[in-house]
Amino acid sequence: MQPGSPKTDTPFATTGRSRRGEPWVWLTAAGLTLGVAMALGLFLLILVKGAWSFWPRRIDLMEVSKNGVIEKVAGYVTQESERRDAEGVLHKEIQVFRGNRDLSGEAFKFIDRADILKTSRPESLLLVERLEYGPAIVHGVALVTPNGRIDVSSPDFDKTLRQSLADGAKTRGQLLRIERKQIGAISREMEALSRAERSGTVAAQTAAARNAELQKEFEVLQAEAAKLRAGLAGSSFIGMTADGREVNIPAEKLLGAFPANRAGFGERLAEMGHRIWKFLSEDPREANTEGGVFPAIFGTVVMTLVMSLFVTPFGVICAIYLREYAKQGHLVRIVRISVNNLAGVPSIVFGVFGLAFFVYYVGSGIDQALFADKLPTPTYGTPGILWASLTLALLTLPVVIVATEEALSAVPRGVREAALACGASKWQTIQRVVLPASLPGILTGVILAMARGAGEVAPLMLVGVVKLAPSLPIDGIAPFIHPERKFMHLGFHIYDLGFQSPDAEAAKPMVYATALLLIIVVVTLNLTAILIRNRLKKRFAVSSF
Amino acid sequence: MPAALPESRPDLIRVENFSFHYGEKQAIFDIDMAIPEHRVTALIGPSGCGKSTLLRNMNRMNDLIDGVRHEGDIRLNGISLYDPSVEVISLRKRVGMVFQKYNPFAKSIYENVVFSLRVAGRSNRSELDESVERALKSAALWDEVKDRLHDSAFGLSGGQQQRLCIARAIANQPEILLMDEPCAALDPLATLKIEELITKLKSQYTIVIVTHNMEQATRCSDRTAFLYMGRLIEYGATVQIFNRPSHPETEAYITGRFS
Repeated sequence: MQPGSPKTDTPFATTGRSRRGEPWVWLTAAGLTLGVAMALGLFLLILVKGAWSFWPRRIDLMEVSKNGVIEKVAGYVTQESERRDAEGVLHKEIQVFRGNRDLSGEAFKFIDRADILKTSRPESLLLVERLEYGPAIVHGVALVTPNGRIDVSSPDFDKTLRQSLADGAKTRGQLLRIERKQIGAISREMEALSRAERSGTVAAQTAAARNAELQKEFEVLQAEAAKLRAGLAGSSFIGMTADGREVNIPAEKLLGAFPANRAGFGERLAEMGHRIWKFLSEDPREANTEGGVFPAIFGTVVMTLVMSLFVTPFGVICAIYLREYAKQGHLVRIVRISVNNLAGVPSIVFGVFGLAFFVYYVGSGIDQALFADKLPTPTYGTPGILWASLTLALLTLPVVIVATEEALSAVPRGVREAALACGASKWQTIQRVVLPASLPGILTGVILAMARGAGEVAPLMLVGVVKLAPSLPIDGIAPFIHPERKFMHLGFHIYDLGFQSPDAEAAKPMVYATALLLIIVVVTLNLTAILIRNRLKKRFAVSSF
Repeated sequence: MPAALPESRPDLIRVENFSFHYGEKQAIFDIDMAIPEHRVTALIGPSGCGKSTLLRNMNRMNDLIDGVRHEGDIRLNGISLYDPSVEVISLRKRVGMVFQKYNPFAKSIYENVVFSLRVAGRSNRSELDESVERALKSAALWDEVKDRLHDSAFGLSGGQQQRLCIARAIANQPEILLMDEPCAALDPLATLKIEELITKLKSQYTIVIVTHNMEQATRCSDRTAFLYMGRLIEYGATVQIFNRPSHPETEAYITGRFS
């Protein structure tokens, strides 16, 4: 367009993005894309690494020549890397998991690719799981049974192996039941008896008589356990490592043997499912680096649910007072700002508060009032799942208060006036009209609180989480719910595996798997809450104004 | 059309030298008027003239606002609404209210209607059922909803929702029904239905209606009060106000020369 020429020929022309009202749209879009990409990337990494750790990999048998000595190594590759030595020569290295920690001290070995002379995958290699020292990677040699020795060449070998694995699992189950449940029940009764005797509610004579009975029962059970153990004593698995050493694993400690190189895709998939199931359903073993994480899942879910049970009514009550009853003024503004700031207090501070207030003050008080006979052994005066839930309830309280306040204030004034005009009192209006209408919003707050609480670790370390809890907070032993017990938590489990375990490298797959699981647990809890909220929304569908 | 000059009825509500302030701002100046029972009284006037404020004082709805005060009195059957012995909750049970925006609760149609009975502590099933049928029939809604009483109230059309609100307001059988522009959010057909309803309801209730719609006032009210800038300018039989207004402001307003 010529300068000075009439602009009427393009009456709706605008110049520049900012004239059209969209400056920096690309920047905001790029910011969002980056955020989404990072979140997705994190999730994908954890998903892939977590799922991969369950996949039964093929085992390579490598002949490695190092300084003229030829060594045979069997294992699977876990990582590949490049390294420059002092002369600047590039080395391609692989990290191999070879198991057999009892023999070589280290479950992993770094091998220079250039040193590998030959790689093969012999079908005789087995990945053997056992109770101690992590997995063993060996050639199957023979099975020793009370009926004699069966060599790997025998056609009965596979069948006998399966049979002996099943027998071992069954016996271990029976032993667990005897030692944990029945002997546990006896020792609990003995303990209660001695307390009763000390406090004088039971005569010394009756106590002694009952004690003798219990002692006899105990001996019977112990004998039974010894017999079960003896039944397995004659059996064992004999294998041979890649470098020719013999490994003897007694049947009692043998958990599984998987022919990784012989198995077809279907078998490997089944094995993967089996491993995932064991991971989800079993107790941890060997300083948490082996076995499952069931107690941690259970602890996380129970703790989060109990926390929601505490935080929801408490937060809603606070918000109702703040929004509906308190005279809106400076004081309420200050309270509101303080509540918002509370959400920003580092969680460890809540942990310290929980320890000082709940555990040492409230807990000790309860002990002195109700469990004085057990002192100096604390019952509630020690970290436990109840105190952890209460601490996290405090931590997430601001989330619920803020969400509830917003939900309450979003209830249209017309609806409140309608209720009042019908002769409802203020409380009836809140209870029958305002609260139902704001329920979806309140639940949104609870969902956010659950998401925050389930992922919190730092304060829990002070008020109840332990590396290994001997028993679950809810079980079959009366009174069934044990709020004073310590518990395990997936978040702490990740920290413990990744940074506190003796062999961090071996625990790495477990770290990813546990992280994936924690995400799944949190997402599942949230999805459940969202489903409940959507059902409520349908029931109390709020009009558009 | 209402009769030319309705027979006189005893006064139910008396507004006596009533003034009302929202904080510093005075909304009503010294209004004095009597509202007869079983009649429809319309309050008209431009926006901000205080007609809604006056209406909302008749069931003390304005109590909810901080910093309000009043002078003078409003009496219902001779009893001051502001008497310390008057409980505002029992007052509102005698004075039902319908709002400009239909505002049913997020409940079923049935629960909406029985709300005032429930908050009054009545839960006898047959009594509630009876009230629902009676109130919905009075509100000319029964035939449309009798088969889906337990569905959400939000499934109804706007006009139906407003009639539901009327049913809710009369379920507990108040003496007075206050209506604050009940047709403002409705289309002409739904408006017509509500107007028919108002004419029908006046045999049982004393109705005070705030409206911006001149035709509506002429169609369904017996008496009309014109308010302007917080003052009662003119008050009398509707026919007289609309045919022979005695104040120039009234005439200017009803002929649409200002609004």
